[in-house]
Amino acid sequence: MPLPELVCPAGSLPSLKAAVDNGADCVYFGLKNDTNARNFAGLNFDDKTASEGIRYARAKGVKTLLAINTFAQQADSARWQRAVDEAAGLGVDAVILADFGLLDYASRRYPQLRLHLSVQGSASNYEAVNLAQQLFGVQRAVLPRVLTLAQVEQVIANTNVEIEVFGFGSLCVMAEGRCLLSSYATGQSPNTHGVCSPARFVRWEEGAHGMDARLNGILIDRYAPEEPSGYPTLCKGRFEVEGSTGYALEEPTSLNVLPLLPELLRIGVAAIKVEGRQRSPAYVAQVTRVLRQALDKAAQGGQYADPLAMATLGKLSEGQQVTLGAYNRPWK
Amino acid sequence: MPVPELKVPATLARVLGKLPATPPVWGMVRMLNLLAARGILPVDHGLLAGRQFCIRVLDAGISLHFASDGSRFVASHADTPPDLLLAADLADFARLMLREEDPDTLFFNRRLRIEGDTELGLTVKNLLDSVDWQHTPLARFMAV
Repeated sequence: MPLPELVCPAGSLPSLKAAVDNGADCVYFGLKNDTNARNFAGLNFDDKTASEGIRYARAKGVKTLLAINTFAQQADSARWQRAVDEAAGLGVDAVILADFGLLDYASRRYPQLRLHLSVQGSASNYEAVNLAQQLFGVQRAVLPRVLTLAQVEQVIANTNVEIEVFGFGSLCVMAEGRCLLSSYATGQSPNTHGVCSPARFVRWEEGAHGMDARLNGILIDRYAPEEPSGYPTLCKGRFEVEGSTGYALEEPTSLNVLPLLPELLRIGVAAIKVEGRQRSPAYVAQVTRVLRQALDKAAQGGQYADPLAMATLGKLSEGQQVTLGAYNRPWK
Repeated sequence: MPVPELKVPATLARVLGKLPATPPVWGMVRMLNLLAARGILPVDHGLLAGRQFCIRVLDAGISLHFASDGSRFVASHADTPPDLLLAADLADFARLMLREEDPDTLFFNRRLRIEGDTELGLTVKNLLDSVDWQHTPLARFMAV
């Protein structure tokens, strides 16, 4: 049984090298603009760093994937097409796309270019996955983090498209590609501008009561001194609902599938993805190393979720806590 | 070798806090400009021009104020209000610089404070992350 590929994030060249050096099978990255869903100031790759990164990865037998996973906006859809042109020119091993118009463009213009359906493409059942295959020749689909393990298994059993699932990283409760929540506070969302809670709208203020997080002036959370914090997203804020204040949608937390690795191997996932292109080389190195060792141990029937591995991932997690997320819904 | 769990002793901090901050700021500004001139720090001063920074080493009781004048980093007066404030203990700053810990981890842990212009903070964080130490003599000190 082949091991799932370990797919790791890179927001910069040093992060890419950290992923490659610590055991990634694939590294994914984005360009310096809103064609990818981690469009942060100073993050991502230009032509020069992308070429160097691809060379570095290829020399060590690691594949490179370019994420073009936001939705082309009418005013300038050519920018998204140019990103696909650039990917083809750079010679990446695959592009990760969400927009059906862009998938159509890529499949017609570059029939040899391998296409992955992004998690933002929001295919949460095998009919959707198979349609993307019929229409555009998609060879892999990344499933949203809303399916139970049994549902993932059912998708895999009913398609010959490779299935990639998330293994670790900051967790969204949304069906990816369908979230507009951030727009209500900022006018911008991941789908349109490649970022939820754009940094220019975020303010952290220390005061006597602790730290306030504000999004476009709206108070979305207040952390007591020493209380672990998370990203300043609306979904993970604390709000007053019917007289009580707390997490109305979701607590700050990270997904960690380490305890489920043998199950993921058994049902035949093709790849396990690590979230976090916005994180630093230190994060990429630590997560990649832990998951590489865990995957190799799980394949040999060894101890794959030892306390040290769990503690390392826990420390890197949002809000300092981890969850199995939707994978574990015993009542479903 | 990981950075040890050390805090600057309070007595030393009291002394450090009374010394002028100018010499350490000059040292840091010179180092940053040198790294930029050698092409190691890929800084775009167009993005930072006129912005005021403050690095506050909490346990040492010192604050380093500096700015970008549009072409290089320069020391600032201590009373200039910063556009971006980064505050942490000395050991945690060392862990950040040596890539032992990532800033988000320290922020989630409440060991790193980021106040002011968050976008400027991200620009600076991503600038430091993008430094490729591999081909420099400092590479051997880096955890990654």
